[in-house]
Amino acid sequence: MSEHDKTHFFDKPDNVRLVLRVFYGLCALLLLGDFVIHRHVYHSWERLWGFYPLFGFVACVLLVLIAKEMRKLLMRDEDYYEKEAGKDAD
Amino acid sequence: MLTDLPPVLPSLPFYIGALLALMLRGPARALVLLAIPVIGGWQLWQHAGGVLWQLQFLDYTLTPLRIDQLSLLFGYLFHIAAFIALLYSLHVKDTTQQVAAMLYAGSALGAVFAGDLLTLFVFWEAMALSSVFLIWARRSERALRAGMRYLVIQVVSGVALLAGALMLMHETGTLAFEYIGLDGPASWVVFFAFGLKAAFPLLHNWATDAYPEATPTGAVFLSAFTTKAAIYALARAFPGAEPLIYIGAAMTCFPIFYAVIENDLRRVLAYSMINQLGFMVCGIGIGTALAINGAVAHAFNDVIFKGLLFMAMGAVLHMTGRMNGSDLGGLYKSMPITTVLCIVGAASISAFPLFSGFVSKSMVMSAAIEEGHGWIWLMLLFASAGVFHHAGIKIPYFAFFAHDSGIRTKEPPLNMLLAMGIAAVLCVAIGCYPQALYSLLPNQLAYSAYDATHVLAQLQLLFFSAAAFVWLNLARLYPPELRSTNIDVEWLYRKLLPGVARPIVAGARAAASMTQNLATHAGRTLGVHMARHQGWQMAIARNWPMGGVVLWVALLLLFYLIFPYVQAGLMR
Repeated sequence: MSEHDKTHFFDKPDNVRLVLRVFYGLCALLLLGDFVIHRHVYHSWERLWGFYPLFGFVACVLLVLIAKEMRKLLMRDEDYYEKEAGKDAD
Repeated sequence: MLTDLPPVLPSLPFYIGALLALMLRGPARALVLLAIPVIGGWQLWQHAGGVLWQLQFLDYTLTPLRIDQLSLLFGYLFHIAAFIALLYSLHVKDTTQQVAAMLYAGSALGAVFAGDLLTLFVFWEAMALSSVFLIWARRSERALRAGMRYLVIQVVSGVALLAGALMLMHETGTLAFEYIGLDGPASWVVFFAFGLKAAFPLLHNWATDAYPEATPTGAVFLSAFTTKAAIYALARAFPGAEPLIYIGAAMTCFPIFYAVIENDLRRVLAYSMINQLGFMVCGIGIGTALAINGAVAHAFNDVIFKGLLFMAMGAVLHMTGRMNGSDLGGLYKSMPITTVLCIVGAASISAFPLFSGFVSKSMVMSAAIEEGHGWIWLMLLFASAGVFHHAGIKIPYFAFFAHDSGIRTKEPPLNMLLAMGIAAVLCVAIGCYPQALYSLLPNQLAYSAYDATHVLAQLQLLFFSAAAFVWLNLARLYPPELRSTNIDVEWLYRKLLPGVARPIVAGARAAASMTQNLATHAGRTLGVHMARHQGWQMAIARNWPMGGVVLWVALLLLFYLIFPYVQAGLMR
């Protein structure tokens, strides 16, 4: 059996599902932590229930969606700078 | 002098090491390369009580060696970084790289222990001149050009530092490298010089341009020294300078957008380095004891975890010859140890509790909120979520997991694994036992990162950032890795400037040949005229104000520096 044919951990969809389920479980536990743990609050926004989970999620979704839009403006070919240089050398 | 031992410049062992590396081969060279940082570190430890070594040069007092709490911390850090990076590059059979690396590490130490601005300038330029060979050693056309751009910008920083130093000397009569503060044009020139090396926004592009073009091992050295020396210089000269708060906050935020869409994973790391530098710059700007401690501690941790990430990516590049996210994936199957070590680095940079980033970044965040910078704190929080997204998840995910690229390789050489292992152990050790690092910080404070509030908040932030990544991927909203170039500030000097300069240069060439005959004639007439009327009292021999002359000399140097590249089109 060659190296290529060997099945690895994440090749099985069941394993991927298991990892994701554990991850979702941990997320839920952390969210419930807001009820249990009394935190010292410095910023008024921190008082909102679930501030950090919400902030983390929304921040990252915004980050990725804005970055995706930036591609329309900023993205060029891989050899954008070299291409012109080559042309000038002629 | 606070000790009885004669002072040895911390750069000296490394310079001697560079000389030995030039002459020795094989195991003897390897032994020297590994022994030098150990000997240097031990030597420094002997002087931990503090040293001030001064000497008179003309009318000025120079301080080639100043060991105090702040410089000592960076001194230890650079010895650790040098040892790890030298171990990592031990398999490299390239004298140029190893000599350059030794000179570079020595120069960085020289800069950190410089007690006056002239000494700082000398080592500042030595860092630039030695480090560029770690880029050129890739020996490709692309690396040659990137190295040239890097060198020009680094030397501009040095020229600005010299000009600022001499202007300061003209104002204050001293060259001492102490607190400067933003007060008057001279201080702004020095501020610019430091800011250029610290990759301030708009001045940042050299880092993301040059680091990905360096050799796999060279990038590890580059990521450790130059920018951290600049952070040290800012912490020394401009603590509490308010603009740094906003500059730092901007640095934490804008690079993460670029990092999300960047394909070259080492360029992603370069952008994420600017993001981490932002936390340090912001801390220095806030300027309280806690903020300065946080900035300096974060510099310490960043060198190690960013070094670890650059090493992991260097190992991938070394083994597969590829570095684009679009070409990689599934490497956990054939490089499981590298994968785990990379994840340790990723957890550290993301500031997971029990990893090193957590114990230092939280200090800067706490300081921001204590000083009432609510909006800045929100920006830093956004950047904390973002850094996890692009450095914590993206780097390991696209290199080692994601879709299987079909690449099957082996683990990197043992020395690479060992170097990464040491860095990973340090990341976890500092994260679990931060008191060791705290005791080295410039301000003695009782601070604990590990209270229920901090830990819960950070874990919630990180897990739900990860949840966003999972959701975006499952919903197929995540931007794919594409072979591309993203336009950044460098466009100005790689596209616009050459475009504008080309017709001017062509015109100047034509004009030059036309005026040549004229000039020969005029020169002869002028010489006769000057000798007759003015002699040595003529205008150009008169005494000019020092600051003005320095500025003109600096501008002239700058012109000489840049003109050939514009002319040869190398700026592109």
